[in-house]
Amino acid sequence: MESTVVSQPPMLPAAMRRVIAARELPILIVLVLIVAFTAVTEPRFLSTDSTRSILVSIALLVVLAMGETLVLLTRGVDVSIGSMTGLAGMTIGILFRDQYVENVYLGTLLGILLGAALGAVNGLLVTLCRVPPIIATLGTMGVYRGLTFVVSAGRQVDEYQLPPGLAGWSVRGPFGQGVVPWVVVAALGVAGMTAVLLRFTRIGRRVYAVGGNPEAARLRGIAVGRVTFGVYVFSGATAGLAGMLYASRLGAINPEAIGSGMELMAIAACVVGGVSIFGGSGTVLGVLLGCLLLGTIETALAVLGVADAWQKVAYGGAILLAVVADGIAARRWGGSSSA
Amino acid sequence: MMFLIGDEIPSPAAAQTRSTVASADAEPAPPALPLTHAGALPRALLSATPELMSVALLITAFTVAATTLPMFLDARYLLDRSTVYMEVGIMALAMTFVIAAGHIDLSCAAILALTGALTMKLHATLGLPMLPLLLLAPLIGGALGAVNGVVVARLGIPSLVVTLATMAGYRGLAQALIGDHSLPVPAAYAGFDDVLLAGTALPMPVVLFVALAIVLALVLHKTLFGAYVLALGTNGEAARYAGIPVGRTAAGVFILSGLAAGIGAMMMCSRFAFARWDHAMGLELDVITAVVLGGASIFGGRATIIGTVVALLLIGVVQSAMGLANVDGEYQATANGALLIFAVIASNLAARLQGRQTR
Repeated sequence: MESTVVSQPPMLPAAMRRVIAARELPILIVLVLIVAFTAVTEPRFLSTDSTRSILVSIALLVVLAMGETLVLLTRGVDVSIGSMTGLAGMTIGILFRDQYVENVYLGTLLGILLGAALGAVNGLLVTLCRVPPIIATLGTMGVYRGLTFVVSAGRQVDEYQLPPGLAGWSVRGPFGQGVVPWVVVAALGVAGMTAVLLRFTRIGRRVYAVGGNPEAARLRGIAVGRVTFGVYVFSGATAGLAGMLYASRLGAINPEAIGSGMELMAIAACVVGGVSIFGGSGTVLGVLLGCLLLGTIETALAVLGVADAWQKVAYGGAILLAVVADGIAARRWGGSSSA
Repeated sequence: MMFLIGDEIPSPAAAQTRSTVASADAEPAPPALPLTHAGALPRALLSATPELMSVALLITAFTVAATTLPMFLDARYLLDRSTVYMEVGIMALAMTFVIAAGHIDLSCAAILALTGALTMKLHATLGLPMLPLLLLAPLIGGALGAVNGVVVARLGIPSLVVTLATMAGYRGLAQALIGDHSLPVPAAYAGFDDVLLAGTALPMPVVLFVALAIVLALVLHKTLFGAYVLALGTNGEAARYAGIPVGRTAAGVFILSGLAAGIGAMMMCSRFAFARWDHAMGLELDVITAVVLGGASIFGGRATIIGTVVALLLIGVVQSAMGLANVDGEYQATANGALLIFAVIASNLAARLQGRQTR
């Protein structure tokens, strides 16, 4: 009894500090402000179609960001996710086109497996061959993008060559033609799975441990190599799924366009969402909000009629603002947002 | 000056072993000394492993290309083609410093595009003459690099994140500035890559690259700044305690990278005869690939200019050969990526073998 009374006063500032330093709150405030401002200036921003298209594009980012989050948490980085999205999406697209596979679900499963296999190559390079993650994935980024051209012979797979059900995922959902199509449900599923994995399972604890201090993790008996390998496989699998979602969203699969540049968007979303590039710190909720923020900024600016160019500037500015705020917060309160 | 960070610094432990060796020396001849002497040359060779790996790859690639493609050995063709890589080359020379300092600059290609756009915009709208603008361009690039440098150095934010942000920002500014169309360069200043050094067959971009390579090699390996850069990359904390101006050194490498991008901007605008916002799109990866392929450690502290130059030659040879063999440009990404991974694995293996030998 007495101990709780004694321990309560210092608890309060600690909790307040957590709220102030937590990444989620400021992002949420900025997000609400952006949505409110845009909706007032341009009411069609909140129409069903517009909301759905924002959510679908964010869904793609969320799926990729989940894989990237795990990799970043282990102090790694995976810049090949855009190319893995491309290679997996294109390969399955060709299987559809040439009618080796007709079932959409089977195709998606194959896409995820192919992505996982591509991620496993990254994992082997990083663990077995001890290539630094940025070098390994920079290399495979080029290799996979080139292979996308090889398998497709540089030609795009058109909408009519894909199974009709695929495009429907971006339009229809569990509540009919509403704002929540299946693609969004899938992204939320992946995010939920990742959150449970990180928060409630032993694997998740190990991921944080490896990123927090690899040497300490090794001394504690954690198979650092296996955990590291695992996160790259996971990252590949999410990229494989993202490839299918991309095909669903755009209808056609272009070897040059599919997934290109997505790696930087995913890393940006993670960083804005409070994942430390030094590993060991970051939450799924934060990343989810980071994706939501970046995706909303992009669409809001487009709706407001801001040129494409300024959207890029705002994008870079948002990232810089987030990390600068983080750096200042870390100096003032000692330690950035908690794990 | 140079031994500030060199391995010659006599650590207490080393001094102690030396004194024990000396005292043991008095009676029987120590077997350790002659052994280390015999191993000196191979060890020096092995310590240059990553560079040697690139040289070996270069010789292989050159031999294969020269024997299978009859057109390849035409010096004029090679020199003419080489001008295409010189912007990447000059940025890679500066990136060697950035990576040696343990940082990375993803924004260099965007700086190139923005500098080009800004310079040509100044010429088109304000009518500023070209000549001062040519000199101004590296300064603009340097200033853009300084933004990266200040944020990285003052706030301690990882350069990967900072330059990721400025990469998007600068690219966007370039597009906002001149829009989607291209801004022409006055005819007198176009075609820099076709100009040859008087009396030789050397195109000017190549001459400029070689000159910068020599200067920057001297800066990296022979000056205090170079020593600071390598010290910062080896161990930032130790460098700080050694009294090295860590912040200014970090800012310096980003300014250098911006400066090089500014020079690259003028070369690229002149080569294409116009400025565009999407100039050098994605080229930052080629630049980083060249530096790492040249044996620089991505963790910093280890890098040589000669390694970067060899790597650039290697990439140039492979891409020229692929171009001659009618391989599509898109596949060259695959070649670059595979080359990069292969070189790093190979030098890792060599380092492991070396470790086994010395043990």
